[in-house]
Amino acid sequence: MTQLWDFSGGIHPPEHKELSTARPIRNAGLPGYLILPLQQHIGDPAEAVVEVGERVLKGQQIADVKTGMGVPVHAPTSGVIESIADYPVPHPSGMADRCITLKPDGEDQWCQRNPVKDYRSLERDQVLQIIRDAGISGMGGAGFPTNIKLRPPRDRKVSTLILNGAECEPYITADDMTMREKADEVVAGLKIMAWILRPERCVIGIEDNKPEAIAALRKATEGTQTEIAVVPTKYPSGGEKQLIQILTGMEVPSGGIPADIGVMCQNIGTAVAVAQAVFEGTPLISRVVTITGEAVREPGNFEALIGTPIEHLLKQAGVNQDAVSRLVLGGPMMGYTLTTEAVPVIKTTNCVIAATAAELPTPPPEQPCIRCGQCAEVCPMELLPQQLFWHAKATEFEKAEHLNLFDCIECGACSYVCPSSIPLVQYYRFAKGEIRAQQAEQLKSDRARERFEARQARLEREQQEKELRRKERAKAAAEAAAKKQAEAEKAAVEGEAVDERAAKSALVEQALARKKAKAEASQPPAASAPPAPSAPPAEQKPDIEALEKQLSQAQSKLDTMQGMLDDAKAQQADNVEKLERAVAKNHDRVQRAEDALSEAREKLAAGSTESQPTH
Amino acid sequence: MAFVQQSSPHAHKARPTSRVMLWVLIAALPGLLAQTLFFGWGNLINVVFCIAVAIASEAALLKLRKKPVAFFIKDNTAAVTGLLLGLSLPQFAPWWVSAVAVISAIVVAKQLYGGLGSNPFNPAMVGYALVLVSFPVAMTTNWAGPAMLWDGAPGFGETLATIASGQQTAVDGWTMATPLDEYKHKITTHTAAEVLNHPTFGEGVAKGWEWVNAAFLAGGLLLIGLRIISWHIPAGFLGGLIVMSLAFGSNPDLYTPLSLHLLAGGTMLGAFFIATDPVSAATSHQGKLIYGAGIGILIYLIRTWGNYPDAVAFSVLLMNFAVPFIDHYTPPRTYGHHKPRRGVPGSQG
Repeated sequence: MTQLWDFSGGIHPPEHKELSTARPIRNAGLPGYLILPLQQHIGDPAEAVVEVGERVLKGQQIADVKTGMGVPVHAPTSGVIESIADYPVPHPSGMADRCITLKPDGEDQWCQRNPVKDYRSLERDQVLQIIRDAGISGMGGAGFPTNIKLRPPRDRKVSTLILNGAECEPYITADDMTMREKADEVVAGLKIMAWILRPERCVIGIEDNKPEAIAALRKATEGTQTEIAVVPTKYPSGGEKQLIQILTGMEVPSGGIPADIGVMCQNIGTAVAVAQAVFEGTPLISRVVTITGEAVREPGNFEALIGTPIEHLLKQAGVNQDAVSRLVLGGPMMGYTLTTEAVPVIKTTNCVIAATAAELPTPPPEQPCIRCGQCAEVCPMELLPQQLFWHAKATEFEKAEHLNLFDCIECGACSYVCPSSIPLVQYYRFAKGEIRAQQAEQLKSDRARERFEARQARLEREQQEKELRRKERAKAAAEAAAKKQAEAEKAAVEGEAVDERAAKSALVEQALARKKAKAEASQPPAASAPPAPSAPPAEQKPDIEALEKQLSQAQSKLDTMQGMLDDAKAQQADNVEKLERAVAKNHDRVQRAEDALSEAREKLAAGSTESQPTH
Repeated sequence: MAFVQQSSPHAHKARPTSRVMLWVLIAALPGLLAQTLFFGWGNLINVVFCIAVAIASEAALLKLRKKPVAFFIKDNTAAVTGLLLGLSLPQFAPWWVSAVAVISAIVVAKQLYGGLGSNPFNPAMVGYALVLVSFPVAMTTNWAGPAMLWDGAPGFGETLATIASGQQTAVDGWTMATPLDEYKHKITTHTAAEVLNHPTFGEGVAKGWEWVNAAFLAGGLLLIGLRIISWHIPAGFLGGLIVMSLAFGSNPDLYTPLSLHLLAGGTMLGAFFIATDPVSAATSHQGKLIYGAGIGILIYLIRTWGNYPDAVAFSVLLMNFAVPFIDHYTPPRTYGHHKPRRGVPGSQG
């Protein structure tokens, strides 16, 4: 006897499973057309690898995920690709998405298949490739690609492999009927997955309300190590986290995956698909779907091709169109309503409930929460649903997150028991959506801020470098000037007449001095040292140039100043007075430079004529 | 065709608030019956009057607040508030005392705080505490003595006339000090044996009161059985009271004995019907135990060392204050987490 643990909370809604277990699984046959959405599971959408008008064979790959996470899509029967366009797909929003439509030609002609008799002779990676190429993704829940799930990270050794046959949602019997009728394939698929994962323990968990399935699996697993764990019927025992708790007593860490505690859960339908992929070479092109509810006359399970419109299945089950008030895809606890029966069966479609108004009545209006705590009593995740509700309603998302909002599995047990008929799960979905949107927004603004800060830092750095270079240049210039001055002083001490370009006053003085000296020199040469014969003309020329340059600089500065002054006057700025003073000052400077220049020129002219004879 | 669009879950198990409250009304009937049998018609008249005033004032306030009147009246919560006050007030309390209690409960404590679900304090106890401190004479001298309905209690007409007259105090011969009051005041100067000679105690623990408390206990167990209330608050309540009594007052010559604490006064009514008002109580299991225990401990403290012979209303109100604090520090440990996330966002834990 397998040891079982209990999970907290849970509810016992009416099962209504007897509706759809009375008949064996029927073949739904070929519908008039098939609609194959390119995205049937979480991850990335597939891309069509066929053209419109192309004839395809049954089992032929028609779309594949080239980059990213995903598995290919196959033609469920032979026929012609009619279109690749947007059609309504099974989604809570009722949205349309890219689909390949296939018109069956009725011949049901298979493509080349490669069955494997002894998978043990292959490499594990080869078997995983077969599973991927067969387009298998989880056939309950979100439809995670099975080949990826079967290859957990190296440091996550799977010691317990669980096959989830709990099927705790009311109405749904697809897994139940599969276990009854295809027990051998279920076990064969489990064995393949066990061979890949090499776990220490294999368990099939089934709720005790499925005695036939239990008996069939007991028979199929006779003489093997596989345990059949019969778990008490209580919703949501089939939730992955809850079933793991029931069968192992362990809890999946918040935000983690079962592999973190060495556990993996696989779906019953997925096991059958794996067995068919390996032993028959058949890709995932059909699945068992429960068509039930009081608005169909012959509820039951159908083996339906992927892409079969729900409409076709409802007709097969004898739907009473007028009686259908609500069309639920999935179970009554977690399923979502459809806006149209034109949507197709996809790899994760397990049940369609065509419910009458009396069967699933519209809930009464929401009343105030009286904090009765029924919701907390039934919560399988041990959350505080009423506090989460208060915070979601008040948009206090931080508080909701603090109370572990994101651990909510949206099982609906709280809403089910709420005496005030508050749609609690809807509030949680709203809060989760808002928080995710805020986080995305936050991320975006964080990135923008980072970019801005990086730019600011770069600009500042550049500015600093520029400043540094400027200082270095100034230092170098100062050093050079000091050196020159020192040299000049030295030269002066040595009695050498040196013309400096430093200050125009000095130049003017020098020029005056030279003039004087030359005036004296024009006299009979005195004992004082005459300038070096060749030096004065050579040095006087650059003097003129320097003075000219200074003049033009002073002129342009004056122009700039004048411009600034004009602007300031136009804007009536308060620095007008200051600028006026600056302009006057610059004006003086220009004047002086002009004087110096003209004087120097005169001097030069005089000098050159005077010094001519000396040459 | 247009299908109904609804978010999951699609299935619901309806036990609406109105049904929950109806069960509370039903579960209180044994207690009301016992009160009537042992103390006369006073409680029954009070209950009917209080419920009527409660519904009338609720309707008036809903209308003022522009809320759908019938929709909210049908939830039966106003009726329960009226019922609890009718069961708690002295049998011969003049009508206006009851009216003030009910109106302040419904108008101030409930509707002015935002109506059903938004009141931080137990409305019935707000009303009770208000009249207790405002009209001490009317609230202490109008307790009926344990005169059996079939053996000497004032008749229905006489009782109704007394209540309707609006007199502060009723006929002296009909009223009597309550057992808790009697014991508390006499034990300081007498021995236990002497105190218990008073007719209010009878042959058992507290004549009549023991049956009333037993009946409320039975009704409370029914509510637990129906999962309308959880066992945590009553268990904490009674546990706190018992522990305090055993720890501090085990000598009956000095302190009121435990049997009297449990079976006299409003103990069982308080533990199962008043403290369990979900709106103003703590939410998690652990929180409910702490909340209940706090009430039990406060009741003992006030009954023993305080000025009042009974203390359910004050204790409940004081613990109502503590509810947000308790809730912050007693969340359950969520699946997949090592420990509960206590405190408020941003704090440790």
